[in-house]
Amino acid sequence: MIKLIGVAIIAAGFALRVNTLLVVLAAGLATGFAAGFSLDEIMVMIGKYFADNRAMTLPIVLMLPVVGLLERYGLKERAEVLIRRSKAATAGRVILLYTAVRQVSISLGVNIGGHASAVRPLVAPMAEAAARGRVGELSATSIVQIRAHAAAGENIGNFFGEDIFIAVGAILLMKGFFEAQGMNVSVWMMALWGIPTALIAFAAMWWRCRLLDQRIERAAPAVKNRGGAR
Amino acid sequence: MKLITVEACYAIAGLYLFVLAARIAGEREHPRRWGSALFWVLLGVSFIGAKVLAPNVIGYLVVVMVLIAASGQVACGPSLEVSREERLQDAERLKNRVFWPAVLIPSTAVLGTLILGELHVGDVWLVESKQVTLIALSLGGILALIAAMRTTGASVHVASREGSRLLQTLGWSLILPQMLAALGGIFAKAGVGEVVAGLVAQAVPTSLPWVAVVAYCGGMALFTMVMGNAFAAFAVITGGIGLPFIVKLHGGNPAIMASIGMLSGYCGTLLTPMAANFNLVPAMLLELDDKHAVIKAQVPLAVVIFVANVILMMTLVYRF
Repeated sequence: MIKLIGVAIIAAGFALRVNTLLVVLAAGLATGFAAGFSLDEIMVMIGKYFADNRAMTLPIVLMLPVVGLLERYGLKERAEVLIRRSKAATAGRVILLYTAVRQVSISLGVNIGGHASAVRPLVAPMAEAAARGRVGELSATSIVQIRAHAAAGENIGNFFGEDIFIAVGAILLMKGFFEAQGMNVSVWMMALWGIPTALIAFAAMWWRCRLLDQRIERAAPAVKNRGGAR
Repeated sequence: MKLITVEACYAIAGLYLFVLAARIAGEREHPRRWGSALFWVLLGVSFIGAKVLAPNVIGYLVVVMVLIAASGQVACGPSLEVSREERLQDAERLKNRVFWPAVLIPSTAVLGTLILGELHVGDVWLVESKQVTLIALSLGGILALIAAMRTTGASVHVASREGSRLLQTLGWSLILPQMLAALGGIFAKAGVGEVVAGLVAQAVPTSLPWVAVVAYCGGMALFTMVMGNAFAAFAVITGGIGLPFIVKLHGGNPAIMASIGMLSGYCGTLLTPMAANFNLVPAMLLELDDKHAVIKAQVPLAVVIFVANVILMMTLVYRF
């Protein structure tokens, strides 16, 4: 039970809004000591896992200059111009379309998109522009909700499309786990049984996107007429 | 032999970080320029030196980075953003050409993934085939930067200024995913998972088939929330609850159990700040004041998908 001290530190630290990095470090040290490791052994673990997981940070670092540069030269502004030409565009539809593209492509093994290279420079600004085209100026709450849903769309598409493709980490990990237990479980079957959840996840996203559009409309009741918003 | 390894990509990222750090150090009006610059230099060192330095050295580097961040020394500089009017003018001048570099990122990533891994002369391979996705994506980022500089006519100076502007928007939260992964690793080594699986198995009457399903899916989601990572939860919870109860005791189908179980874990990922790369870093990237705004938007989705998963597993796992 004492080994769960790290979980308690995380919960308390997050609740008290202490610097998150410090909380995580403290939780790591406490858990390590509770399990009987020495300081140097814990430092070896932190160093090793930190280095092993550089892949989490790499795509963001490498995208920073190019995304920053394109933003400086009006990428968001241009995306807004394009989206305003489409009469059918709403924030929810833009986000849902992105979710669909992301989910289908990754289920075929094609990993495109991402928070740094697609959501920030393209999806979120386009969704915001679509909403502005409908209702005029947006409230601060609406902007937060549009952006948060754009990020959610990326996550939903990514998570619930990935497991349908047999050559990805999740399926191979499960295969490896069963092999270690002396069981032979087909990767095709595991991929197949991921499909119902994938469909439900997309349906849930559709529902949230519709709700998002309704909320945006409600938050801006003054402008009913679309033409007037332009 | 491999000509291009993923380490080369990390080295380039490290060099980017050095350039951005040098820029920040050179900003006289920056309130915390030395602390911020040092933080990014250390991250660059950890990127370049991970295979050369001893793991405990990296560990202590990480501790120094955490202390710099926790003492408030990593901060944003003076606003570097050019005015909206200026950006609109450039957008008007460039029209859709501004999209080309952005499209180059995913297209290089896709083509690179398909082609690069196959290229070899005898035993000499062009890239490390295990890491081909990451290498192709990095290549996409680098090519897109070159293309963007050509299209816009911007100098290296402008590119580094804009890069450091974005880097400082993210701040220290950029390394949070790696820190949490390290914590997850320590949890795994310390045997936290076994304790959790044991508690769940003791607390609920898993002798009932449907209770076993609820305990397994719930265990996956909960433990993923603790670890921030469904993969780490999978081995522990499947070994502790799924296999002994659903498969061995009640004769459930292991493929259905594993597949839907993993997806139940992903519902946990949607809900936890521990999965910082999916939930907190995007909130920073999108400049949301509420760091948990993305999680809040995902709560209804996670709940609906989780309930659906439990129902699906109950109906399917004992039938096929």
